[in-house]
Amino acid sequence: MSTTIASVRSEWAKISTVRSTAWTLVLALLTTVLVSVLLCAIQNHGFNSLSAQARATFDPVASSFSGALLGQLLLMAFGVLVVGSEYSTGVIRSSLAAVPRRATFYFSKLLVATAVALVAGLVTSFATFYAGQLALGSHHTTIGAPHVLRATLGGGLYMALIALFSMGITAMLRSSVIAISVLMPLFFIVTQILQSVSATKHIAAFLPDQAGQAMVHLVQPADHPYGPAGGLLIMVAWVAVAVLGGYLILNRRDA
Amino acid sequence: MIEVESLTKRYGEKTVVHDVSFAVKPGLITGFVGPNGAGKSTTMRMMLGLDRPSSGRVRIDGKRYRDLREPLRYIGAMIDARAVHPGRTAYNNLKVLALSNRIPVARVGEVLEQVGLSKVAHRRPKGFSLGMSQRLGIAAALLGDPEIVILDEPVNGLDPQGIHWVRDLMKDLARHGRTVFVSSHLMSEMALTADHIVVIGQGKLLADRPMAEFIDENSHARVRIRSPEPEAMAAALKTAGIEAERPDANSFEIVDGDVARLGDLAFEHRVPLHTLYEQHASLEDAYMELTGAVAEYRTAEPADQTPAEQTPTGQKGEERA
Repeated sequence: MSTTIASVRSEWAKISTVRSTAWTLVLALLTTVLVSVLLCAIQNHGFNSLSAQARATFDPVASSFSGALLGQLLLMAFGVLVVGSEYSTGVIRSSLAAVPRRATFYFSKLLVATAVALVAGLVTSFATFYAGQLALGSHHTTIGAPHVLRATLGGGLYMALIALFSMGITAMLRSSVIAISVLMPLFFIVTQILQSVSATKHIAAFLPDQAGQAMVHLVQPADHPYGPAGGLLIMVAWVAVAVLGGYLILNRRDA
Repeated sequence: MIEVESLTKRYGEKTVVHDVSFAVKPGLITGFVGPNGAGKSTTMRMMLGLDRPSSGRVRIDGKRYRDLREPLRYIGAMIDARAVHPGRTAYNNLKVLALSNRIPVARVGEVLEQVGLSKVAHRRPKGFSLGMSQRLGIAAALLGDPEIVILDEPVNGLDPQGIHWVRDLMKDLARHGRTVFVSSHLMSEMALTADHIVVIGQGKLLADRPMAEFIDENSHARVRIRSPEPEAMAAALKTAGIEAERPDANSFEIVDGDVARLGDLAFEHRVPLHTLYEQHASLEDAYMELTGAVAEYRTAEPADQTPAEQTPTGQKGEERA
């Protein structure tokens, strides 16, 4: 137990003594809030020209979270950096010489980094919610309205899970560069393409980011296969697979 | 005490370390010598539980490395001096390690002082020279005040003062009863520091013996004589009571021979000589001879060349396998 606590403290020191990690999280916050405010302001301005159906399904929380599409990439980068820098710098060898039990090393790193990502995600989520509502003017909602708090918390959780998913993938690939080049297209291209074609739309819904984003929505389209809880479960399943895969590779491979 | 037992590492078809067994005894400096690519770094990584042996095992006082609690307090290692986070200050790079093994953080300042990096403690190692990185790596190895210190090519990239400093440091550690296991591709370097040597070449164990013994057996001067009248020369040597080896029909080799006396002897007996020279077989030569037979990327050489004339191979930096 004491070795686990020591390992957790060491991992916290690793994150807090490098500037790049703090910067990716600050950048995630700024990007998400700025883009969301901009999109909310545009929606507020053009609200009256929307169709009746669009107005009926208008989701002020999801709107205030729209910047997270970019913000999540920085959380992804955070997750990739936290694990990948061990490999790119070669520090993995001294890390494992210091903490030879690989499960202890791996899970304490993931625990600390995910906790940091969760705090950053929640701060971002609440900041973008309030800023977005401000920009929505008369079409805004309040944190006390039905499901709004759940959706906002879900936004923070979503970001933490994206970071954790990225950590697992990076541990599997053992390289920041390869991990980024797998994750970027997955989140930016594959999901978008599958989603834009009606035949594959339902497949896209089961990808980790789409599933997770269900947590942020107040209202789901009628034909959506699952609700926010289902979305959370699907995303958690993806994350679990990535984390476990990362562990198996770390445990098996030479450092 | 580190015991390496029948250690073997294969990468696919290629066997990098082949059935290597030796022990690193406490209180001594054990030099681990071999040409580049001989399998030194791979062996050291297996000793630290970083690489998994294909077969065989390593025991540290009877335990697996993986089962050591807070291993840095017992074994400190420098495997790759460049393996630090370039964006984290020298101090913080060590602090991270100290925390992981519950080593008092005050030790960080002490070891940085010890290796002479106090002034740059709060700088990022991005701009460190290889020598500074090497010192930081050694500081990391000393952090837990360990019984056993493992250093992979510690003098690589150091200036003469730095090299001197590392030698003194290792001797000092051994004097205080610590066990030092240090690798090098230079036998001459080990001759100055090691009490015991383990030589490997192409993944195979070639020698495992006290340094003094190795020096004794391998640092003799030899006198080489070649004469068109070998029978007359043989008779002359016999009368003088000098024993000689006969590498071929016309040649003689006299271990620890006196070149002047042998020349005079030939003159007195009116034996014509075509060759008379003294050959100082250095330790490096003995090492070259030992490892030359198995050196993987050996340069092609004429068959009748003497060991002294062999081309040294593998002077580049250690492989980063």
